[in-house]
Amino acid sequence: MDFNFTEEQSMVRDTVASFLQDKYDFETRRKIVASDSGWRADYWKAFAEELGILGASFSEELGGLGGGAIDNMIIMEEFGKALVIEPYLGTVVIGGGFMKHSGYANAAAVIEGIVAGTTTIAFAYAEPQGRYTWSDLKTTARKDGAGWTLNGHKAVVVGAPFASHFVVTARTGGSQRETSGVSVFLVDKNLPGVVTRDYPTVDGGRASEVYFENVSLPGDALVGQEGAGLPLVDKVIDEATAASLAEGVGVLRKLHEGTLDYAKQRKQFGRAIADFQVLQHRMVDMFIELEQSVSMTYMATIKLDESDAERAKAVSAAKVRIGRALKFVGQNAIQIHGGMGMTDELAIGHYFKRGTIIEGLFGSVDHHLRRYEGLSFGAAA
Amino acid sequence: MNLDFSPEDLAFRDEVRAFIAQNYPEGLRERQEEGEEMSKEDFLSWHRTLAQKGWVAPAWPEKYGGPGWTSVQRYIWSEETARADCVPILPFGINMVGPVIYTFGTPEQKERFLPPTLSGEIWWSQGYSEPGAGSDLASLKTKAERFTGDDGKDYYLVNGQKTWTTLAQHGDWIFCLVRTDPNAKIQEGISFLLIDMKSSGVTVRPIITLGGEHEVNEVWLENVKVPVENRIFDENKGWTCAKFLLAHERSGIAGVARSKRGIERIRQIARTELSDEGDALIRDPMFKRKIAELEIDLAALEYTELRTLAGEAAGKGPGPESSVLKIKGTEIQQRITELALEAAGHYGAPYFRGFPKDGDNAHPIGPDFAHRAAPTYFNVRKTSIYGGSNEIQRNIIAKMVLGL
Ligand SMILES: Cc1cc2nc3c(=O)[nH]c(=O)nc-3n(C[C@H](O)[C@H](O)[C@H](O)COP(=O)(O)OP(=O)(O)OC[C@H]3O[C@@H](n4cnc5c(N)ncnc54)[C@H](O)[C@@H]3O)c2cc1C
Ligand SMILES: Cc1cc2nc3c(=O)[nH]c(=O)nc-3n(C[C@H](O)[C@H](O)[C@H](O)COP(=O)(O)OP(=O)(O)OC[C@H]3O[C@@H](n4cnc5c(N)ncnc54)[C@H](O)[C@@H]3O)c2cc1C
Repeated sequence: MDFNFTEEQSMVRDTVASFLQDKYDFETRRKIVASDSGWRADYWKAFAEELGILGASFSEELGGLGGGAIDNMIIMEEFGKALVIEPYLGTVVIGGGFMKHSGYANAAAVIEGIVAGTTTIAFAYAEPQGRYTWSDLKTTARKDGAGWTLNGHKAVVVGAPFASHFVVTARTGGSQRETSGVSVFLVDKNLPGVVTRDYPTVDGGRASEVYFENVSLPGDALVGQEGAGLPLVDKVIDEATAASLAEGVGVLRKLHEGTLDYAKQRKQFGRAIADFQVLQHRMVDMFIELEQSVSMTYMATIKLDESDAERAKAVSAAKVRIGRALKFVGQNAIQIHGGMGMTDELAIGHYFKRGTIIEGLFGSVDHHLRRYEGLSFGAAA
Repeated sequence: MNLDFSPEDLAFRDEVRAFIAQNYPEGLRERQEEGEEMSKEDFLSWHRTLAQKGWVAPAWPEKYGGPGWTSVQRYIWSEETARADCVPILPFGINMVGPVIYTFGTPEQKERFLPPTLSGEIWWSQGYSEPGAGSDLASLKTKAERFTGDDGKDYYLVNGQKTWTTLAQHGDWIFCLVRTDPNAKIQEGISFLLIDMKSSGVTVRPIITLGGEHEVNEVWLENVKVPVENRIFDENKGWTCAKFLLAHERSGIAGVARSKRGIERIRQIARTELSDEGDALIRDPMFKRKIAELEIDLAALEYTELRTLAGEAAGKGPGPESSVLKIKGTEIQQRITELALEAAGHYGAPYFRGFPKDGDNAHPIGPDFAHRAAPTYFNVRKTSIYGGSNEIQRNIIAKMVLGL
């Protein structure tokens, strides 16, 4: 039994943590959020060149540092602590995930671009009607000579304004919700017919509605097998979910820590509010939620390479537990801060907002509870 | 026990419904339903309409301009206005300072302040909280020192800072608790002052909250000269007014009628939004169950409120039981916003402050309700904090009801 990180992993964590401590304090982050571009391209470059973390989770053959999902977990947790906006999840975890698992012919070249920081990816998978059913697709890709013609509307594509490419799910066959007939494409954002409408998100990020209007894709845009993309999508979304939960753990740590600090220092009725037992017990419950979330993130991350069913069950279990933790800890962090918790000025509310978005990312708690039930009870249910 | 409405009550309800239908603007109804931020004029236009009709202050005695309704009629009124998504009447003048003035004020004060409070000419702000005095309100520090002016009249010189002052950016007058005797026991040296916000030395600074709203403010009072005649009740006896006001603040805070409307709206949303199964969300067993649980909890709250109302009708003032209503009422309001955010799915994330007012003419993103779902969810966290936090309400019940 060993829950320790390797030396390399500890180094990655320390490098990221110290960079963020120096360069990503809350005031800097506030400026990034308010800026026109909404992110720091120079920081992204620093992640690639100075820190080398964009390659941490790729094998050495692919130009990476030889790590994997645990490295993503470590990095995402640190990003959660600093509320990092830059698109690690979309680019490295999701874009990189598709490259790793699909057997895509150009994977090495794409990963090279990711590691170098020149290729940034956003995942265009959700649709307005589909909620959390990833096979519910109205977007279509029709065979067109050697290539494809892509049409459709993707909802709330996170990080799209920063992306050079999209990974897009589209129907190449089958009916709207069928599990077969789903294909995955890598789409250059600059292609004619790719239309985006950009907007901020409540947690300080950016996203877009992405419309594909008769976009001509080359034949080699297809990632993975034609019509058999759904298992691949499920696997990558599970990996992304686990990584986002690690980010959630970072958020939970700051929510908890920030609340303890505040309660020790805020005085009412002549003493620190941390003296009130009802608040002490609340903070203990928050601590328990945090610790269990850490455990569940480990569990989910370790099981990412097991069978599809085991992996899915572990990820959904973690999502349910951590989703609830994010709500409980976030709401109570605000409550214990009193009026100060309601202000835009304090960081605590921004952690609450990011936590709230993570709670619903890649499926709500209910969605994952249902998925867990399905996997765990099967036909017996 | 009989909870049926009498024929007179039913007739009253029809009259109210007809009045709202004829006089409440459709545009306002829609914006209120979507949870948009309201402008000063939004609040005031409906206030004025009701003032003209004599219906703006249901709980006031007739001799001060109340409509003379029974408690059942008031209950019907709150149901009907919530049902029609009416903009709420701000509580600061009507529910808070008005009753303080007609209960504790001099005849001159009543004459001077009550009519413009009713008509909406005075927009009142509540200057209770201070940076160091939130839950522990009595520890407030804002100082008021008496002096005689060059004109030979008596004044207070007020210095201090109030905070969390709701909508003070629109304020004409602010009612403040101030310390007039720094040497007395903390609750005994406080006075209740009415301060004209146009006085020199009053500065209002915005505090932006989580959903991006400008709803609360800091109010700085620097050498503000306030005539002694603007003090309500005796010097150093302001705590009596403060407590009286807080009891009034808490009654009606349950918001049963509005929560009923909120749940109805969640049902409406869930009929059009789709579940994971591609079916209406309203047929999703998990979502349905949450609505059901909310409705049941709301029924428990409603009947508890009705029992309290019946007690009041029988002459009991609003007591510590109102803390029960505050706690459960706010929890339910918060759960309703959680459900709306859940229903929004992916479209809970886009953030369009003031959309579509900000001049974005392109078609909206996602379903209509969705862009306000997250900001409203964040904003409504306030309800368990303000008006005496829910922890403080529990302390009140422990002490006053359970005798602990
Ligand atoms: C089934 C059973 C088996 C047991 N077996 C053994 C045994 O084998 N050997 C043995 O020695 N003892 C045994 N015990 C006793 C057990 O350890 C005590 O019951 C326990 O320590 C609680 O003490 P108490 O019952 O006196 O409750 P109290 O101490 O009177 O507590 C009553 C309530 O007050 C709460 N409370 C007390 N202090 C605080 C505080 N500071 N803050 C907040 N809340 C507080 C408690 O949590 C509890 O809810 C057993 C008890 C049970 C029920
Ligand atoms: C949106 C909003 C609007 C407001 N509008 C107004 C207004 O118009 N006018 C006005 O005067 N005020 C207003 N307030 C202020 C409001 O009344 C205070 O925020 C509230 O009284 C809590 O005080 P605080 O924020 O200082 O929190 P604190 O008193 O610092 O409390 C922090 C936390 O400690 C807990 N706590 C404190 N004491 C105890 C205790 N003894 N036991 C257990 N727990 C305790 C609290 O419950 C809370 O969770 C508003 C507040 C908000 C958020």
